[in-house]
Amino acid sequence: MSEVKIKIEKLYKIFGPRAKEYTDKVKSGIDKDELLAKYNHVLGLDNINLDIKEQSIQVVMGLSGSGKSTLIRHINRLIEPTEGTVLVDGEDITKLNKADLLEFRRNKTGMVFQRFALFPHHNILDNVQFGLSIKNLDRSESKDKAMYWIEKVGLTGFENKFPNQLSGGMQQRVGLARALAIDPDILLMDEAFSALDPLIRTDMQDQLLDLQKNLKKTIIFITHDLDEALKLGDRIAILNGGKLVQDGNAEEILLNPADEYVSNFVKDVNRIKVLKIGSIMNIDGNMNESNPSVMVDESIENCLPTMLESESGLNVLDNDKNFVGVISKNNIAEILRRSKD
Amino acid sequence: MSSESLRLFKKSVDGAYRSFSAKYGDAIEAVFDPVLYFLVWFEKLLHNSPWPLVILALLALVYLGSRSIYLTIGSLFAFLFIGYFGMWDDTMSTVSIIGVCTALTIGFGIPVGILMSGSDRARAMITPILDIMQTMPSFVYLIPVVMLLGIGKIPGLLAVIIYAIPPVIRLTDLGIREVNKEVLEAADAFGANRMQKLFRVQLPLALPTIFAGINQTIMMALAMVVIASMIGVKGLGQPVLKAITNQYFTMGLLNGLAIVALAIIFDRVSQSYGKRMQQHRAGANE
Repeated sequence: MSEVKIKIEKLYKIFGPRAKEYTDKVKSGIDKDELLAKYNHVLGLDNINLDIKEQSIQVVMGLSGSGKSTLIRHINRLIEPTEGTVLVDGEDITKLNKADLLEFRRNKTGMVFQRFALFPHHNILDNVQFGLSIKNLDRSESKDKAMYWIEKVGLTGFENKFPNQLSGGMQQRVGLARALAIDPDILLMDEAFSALDPLIRTDMQDQLLDLQKNLKKTIIFITHDLDEALKLGDRIAILNGGKLVQDGNAEEILLNPADEYVSNFVKDVNRIKVLKIGSIMNIDGNMNESNPSVMVDESIENCLPTMLESESGLNVLDNDKNFVGVISKNNIAEILRRSKD
Repeated sequence: MSSESLRLFKKSVDGAYRSFSAKYGDAIEAVFDPVLYFLVWFEKLLHNSPWPLVILALLALVYLGSRSIYLTIGSLFAFLFIGYFGMWDDTMSTVSIIGVCTALTIGFGIPVGILMSGSDRARAMITPILDIMQTMPSFVYLIPVVMLLGIGKIPGLLAVIIYAIPPVIRLTDLGIREVNKEVLEAADAFGANRMQKLFRVQLPLALPTIFAGINQTIMMALAMVVIASMIGVKGLGQPVLKAITNQYFTMGLLNGLAIVALAIIFDRVSQSYGKRMQQHRAGANE
């Protein structure tokens, strides 16, 4: 679980004809606005260092223009870096020659796009098969695989329809099936659910988490929606103006925002819904037999009724029902007070 | 420029071209021999086969292309009208030259369009040439063609192609450039190489636009048959030409109507064929 799958080191991307010349200027500290105003070059990524663990969901978050879509495109090198390295399984992607890069994309990465980017002239079956047919896989074998994934995402019966006959949510399921059909280690999802309406989006998020339980892919998920990030991400990286300002899990981001940008971002989050009991419990406390117990990975919100009924506090148990800590009303009151600020 | 030096300039260019065509004319003509053989063979086939058979074959093509029974019946009447008024042989000559011309423009124009779509530099170079081909009065480029190759089918064919090929090139280029960038990026993300992208994504998605270009090309080729007849291309253009010089109004009108009939048939068939290829776009309305 803890192996690093993708290691991004000192990655810079500057858009413009003389990008290379300006990397030094960026390194010496000029920011995105200045580079644009003075030299008419756009700073995409500014010294990104990020380790993405195997079989985890790494969310990359930021406002538009923060460089998140640029970053994800460096992992399958749809965008060439100006400087820096991207290691996947220890291999430097930025050094691959053309043929190796095609092989890498055909086998290692699957990508899901914000606006689906399905092939309008292919039916659903052929869309899902696309990656397989690019690999010149045997026709019947690739059909079997495609049908398997069409069934997995719940689109059986639609395989002969064309993309524009399906709703947005269904189209994105096709996009997901298309990416998964090549059985990649890495799934790149570029604002995959942003174009969907809220109910469908929640539905797709659940489906993704459900699939991930068995698939154990390394997923890089781009979003500008914090709720989505908190729901999906094992870790959340936050970009601002091409810089990585913070990378951590939901608790770290919520409880210790690295700077003002991040704290503004998390300001309106419903903490008691997102934070787990484990992140605010007191591990020094002693078990009190007369108090009720809650599970360590329960959200604070779910424990509130139990808490209100209890005399003094709660015992916290881990998944094997071992005592791991206590939580008092004061702990919760403090969190509630902090969310008000 | 003084009139003396202008005269000298014209004379020397003409002289140079004349000696060039005297030297290489035969060799260049030989290049076109296969095309000529095919053209002659195709024309003879249409002339010598029994006419009911030819009509049947043409109607079959019309139906396969358009899937419209009305258009097929209309075409039947058009062909019967043409035959009844004694224009069958000329019409078949025109059909054969238009057919060969269309095949050549497609075979040559689409690759050029693909080349243009892939490189802005190629586009910048080819576009003005296409502009010249479309706007230069056709008689002007008929002169060197006739000087080089004499009078006959091949120069006529070349003249028709020069005039008619620009739309198919332009619209191939446009169609490919208009392919959604996100869809192309998806193809890239799945590791498609250039050829796979071209044949599986770009060309299929550009096809409706390309077909609009082919349709234009056919229409322009038909418009050229009268001019081509001036340099010895047989077909419906010749009687029209004769009618102009001798003031035979009815003859001109009948042959003109035959050209119109052919144009309408070609147009409707190629358009509805093009439309059927974009069925996936209309899918949501089914």
